[in-house]
Amino acid sequence: MATQRAHKAARLMISPSVILLLAWMIIPLGTTIYFSFLRYNILTPPASWTGFENYYYFLTDPAFIPALVNTLVLVLGVLAITTIGGILLALLLNMEFWGQGIVRILVISPFFVMPTVSALVWKNMFMNPVNGLFAHLFRAFGLQPVDFLSTLPLLSIVIMVAWAWLPFATLILLTALQSLDSEQMEAAEMDGAGWLSRFFYLTLPHLTRSITVVVLIQTIFLLAVFAEIYVTTAGGPGYASTNIPFLIYNLSLKQFDAGMGAAGGVIAVIIANIVAFFLMRAVGKNLEL
Amino acid sequence: MARQTTTGQRALVTLVAWGIGILISFPIIWTVLTSFKTEATAIASPPVWFNFDWTLQNYIDVNTRSDYARYFMNSVVISIGSTLLGLAIAIPAAWSMAFQPTKNTKNVLMWMLSTKMMPAVGVLVPVYLGLRSMGLLDTRTALVIIMMLMNLPIIVWMLFTYFREIPGEILEAARMDGANLRNEIIYVLTPMAVPGIASTMLLNVILAWNEAFWTLNLTTTNAAPLTAFIASFSSPQGLFYAKLSAASTMAIAPILILGWFSQKQLVRGLTFGAVK
Amino acid sequence: MTTTFRILMGATALCASAGLAAAQDVTLTVATVNNGDMIRMQGLTGEFEAAHPDIKIEWVTLEENVLREKVTTDIATNGGQYDVMTIGTYEVPIWGKQDWLKPLEMSAEYDVDDLLPAIREALSVDGTLYAAPFYGESAMVMYRTDLMEAAGLEMPEEPTWDFIRQAAEAMHDPDSGVYGICLRGKAGWGENMALLTSMANSFGGKWFDAEWVPQFDQPAWNEAMSFYVDVMGNYGPPGASSNGFNENLALFQTGKCGMWYDATVAAGFVTNPDDSTVADKVGFAQAPSAEGGQKANWLWAWSLAIPASSENPEAAQTFIEWATSKGYTELVAENEGWLAVPPGTRTSLYENPEYTEVAPFAEMTLAAINSANPGSPTVDEVPYVGAQYVAIPEFQGIATTIGQLFSAAVTGQTSVEEALTAAQATATREMRRAGYPK
Repeated sequence: MATQRAHKAARLMISPSVILLLAWMIIPLGTTIYFSFLRYNILTPPASWTGFENYYYFLTDPAFIPALVNTLVLVLGVLAITTIGGILLALLLNMEFWGQGIVRILVISPFFVMPTVSALVWKNMFMNPVNGLFAHLFRAFGLQPVDFLSTLPLLSIVIMVAWAWLPFATLILLTALQSLDSEQMEAAEMDGAGWLSRFFYLTLPHLTRSITVVVLIQTIFLLAVFAEIYVTTAGGPGYASTNIPFLIYNLSLKQFDAGMGAAGGVIAVIIANIVAFFLMRAVGKNLEL
Repeated sequence: MARQTTTGQRALVTLVAWGIGILISFPIIWTVLTSFKTEATAIASPPVWFNFDWTLQNYIDVNTRSDYARYFMNSVVISIGSTLLGLAIAIPAAWSMAFQPTKNTKNVLMWMLSTKMMPAVGVLVPVYLGLRSMGLLDTRTALVIIMMLMNLPIIVWMLFTYFREIPGEILEAARMDGANLRNEIIYVLTPMAVPGIASTMLLNVILAWNEAFWTLNLTTTNAAPLTAFIASFSSPQGLFYAKLSAASTMAIAPILILGWFSQKQLVRGLTFGAVK
Repeated sequence: MTTTFRILMGATALCASAGLAAAQDVTLTVATVNNGDMIRMQGLTGEFEAAHPDIKIEWVTLEENVLREKVTTDIATNGGQYDVMTIGTYEVPIWGKQDWLKPLEMSAEYDVDDLLPAIREALSVDGTLYAAPFYGESAMVMYRTDLMEAAGLEMPEEPTWDFIRQAAEAMHDPDSGVYGICLRGKAGWGENMALLTSMANSFGGKWFDAEWVPQFDQPAWNEAMSFYVDVMGNYGPPGASSNGFNENLALFQTGKCGMWYDATVAAGFVTNPDDSTVADKVGFAQAPSAEGGQKANWLWAWSLAIPASSENPEAAQTFIEWATSKGYTELVAENEGWLAVPPGTRTSLYENPEYTEVAPFAEMTLAAINSANPGSPTVDEVPYVGAQYVAIPEFQGIATTIGQLFSAAVTGQTSVEEALTAAQATATREMRRAGYPK
């Protein structure tokens, strides 16, 4: 057996990816950690050593706690909408009807829309309280138009982001559904199991794996939601739609406080790692890699 | 399959499914429609649906103002370039993980994925300053590399799950026949892996095409892709819904059409290989 | 990949005009705001390139807030991505002092002495000009004469805030789509904070006292904010907290605002029948004041400057001279009429009968610019310069945060008191961090 050699080759082949990612992690992260100990406003050079001051100011920033909460609400809200909505949609699309192909195209389309475009379109053409389509709709029913982005900023962001990710969840779950053993289903039906119990005892367990994938991949992207906020509410009003990435962005590029931005970055990395730790453990169990 | 569906049921499901399909894609449909209106029609109350004077003026206006072709090219180069580069680096890694798994494989894979959780904003300033000192600000090179790094974990992971489905015995057989490692990859593995690679590629092109943090913050003109193109239509003076719609349509159309035509591959890609 | 890349590049080059091929061309990257006057300038690029065949212009046109962030990052990190930057009276003195900008030495033909003194002074450091004004502005009230008449009111030339409230109330008619008053609500130091800072000035408020202690806990700010939140809530358009200059302009042009208190530069747009449905029904008045207080005036000039990191300073200067010259004004007048010329920068424009004839707001604009007093913006003595801003580097950051807090007050998410308390805390914190008093 040439396992020894094969192992060596394997290590050789894997190393470019590992080294690159390691470098991508360590170099910017190292610089960020270094910056986080500097008093470094790029508008008022030069930088000077300041110890943990940046961390103190970041953690006591009045925006920090709201941003943390908003990040959680955003991630969990979108996950809930897309997973539940995705399951329902997948069940629907799995039924027989005319024009399945086209409907599938319609449902998948939002996934292709870049976040900046979707944010601009939602903000202006739908949620604008004067000229937006929702405002027209409200007025048609004799109601006062809702000013979504100022009165319900976080919900508006959740809607936009969920819209973009719903197709993703739907398609994964639909593919999984299609692989469901129909004989088993029929047997259960013969035995008199109602659709509700069929769903909970057969369908849902079958979907567990794909739900895990949906949650994993989406969490990675949802923790970093930025463009939607940047384009629509700019984190406001107040801190109502500021999430952690946006707060750090604000510090580093609106206030040009590279030091405090870096401290925020380090904190964000720590938070992401905590999330990653739990998520990866859950996924590791379900994915039997 | 054997279950009977009556025509009536089917019609009802058709109706509901179409309704929901149109509802979900409605923002896109509306944007495309608006792009053919005049600015005044675009904000008309009540909204105008189809009976307006269709015009291409917005597309002309957008094109005179911005050089769409260049943004488009940058998007193409960045998304395809980064994906190809990523594949070149990821294929060997995924191959070895799938066929020579060690007890660390799972951890390595999870670690790779966890690098994607590092918030980009956290390292923006260092990356910006680093690129500046290398003279790489606003270059496609920089964006290709960064997009590649952003997507590498996903590429590795997807390829890994695809490769794992390839039965190892075939490789064993090839090896018995005296194929060396290189030939094994080129003649045996690759043909079997092509569908998986294609799905991976497609999904990553889309992710890179739509990425809006690095592309917005690290480019000005030379390397600016469509995400930057659209940013210049945000909140301008005067009425702009129709022009915004035209610009939006132009920004999303290429990838939308690509997505439609390669839907089957893409759906496979979207499942990240985790669903058979 | 390289081959594909080359082919694709070739295709792009083919698409573009043949001029791209010329070898010794200089390409200038010009960063600017997506305001109407700049878009117009962008449209006239061809004229410039025809006159200077060796120079090509690349535009980076962005929303104000985004533009600021990009050019500031670039200049502070010496990024060198732009040859010409559109910046304002806030940045010029600070950046000029840091040697981040190239001083401008204009040719005699350019006639520097023709620039309005207030504007010229605001763009100079120790007598050296660091940026050339593209258009200048102060603030004034624009109102709908027809609605005013229908309400039975007459706008005084120098209204008080009380009168503004009364008029807003009288004209407010949301059922027919007319809102009494439109004011900036969009968060940003150049958006709602510009308005609120100058408003607070007129109520006798200020940002800092002589010891650089923030003053948001003082009654004047409370008065100004309460007034603002009150009129915006009762007589403002919906969604006011996301309306900036451009959004309000669109509202006013489509006849949705009874009054609008904003930059004087808007006058040219709202009276232009091509853009505005209410062009012939607009009246003007000076910036409002509180009883016995100062006028809520400001001074701003969007100006073109050359960052020290530019590799083509000479070509950049050529472009700047062209874009801010009398010739450019005439060019615009020729193409789009006198109403469309960039206002507020040159004395000669206000002496030109062709302009004053079509622009009923000309005199008012000039008076507003001349009466703005950035050197002593409020009743009390202050240690800083700036009417609608405070010319210190830390201002951007603080005002961005406070702008957010104040926009939350407009939406009613927080009360005026809460917003001001939070603003005071933020400003105090940041000023301490920055080491003031210096």
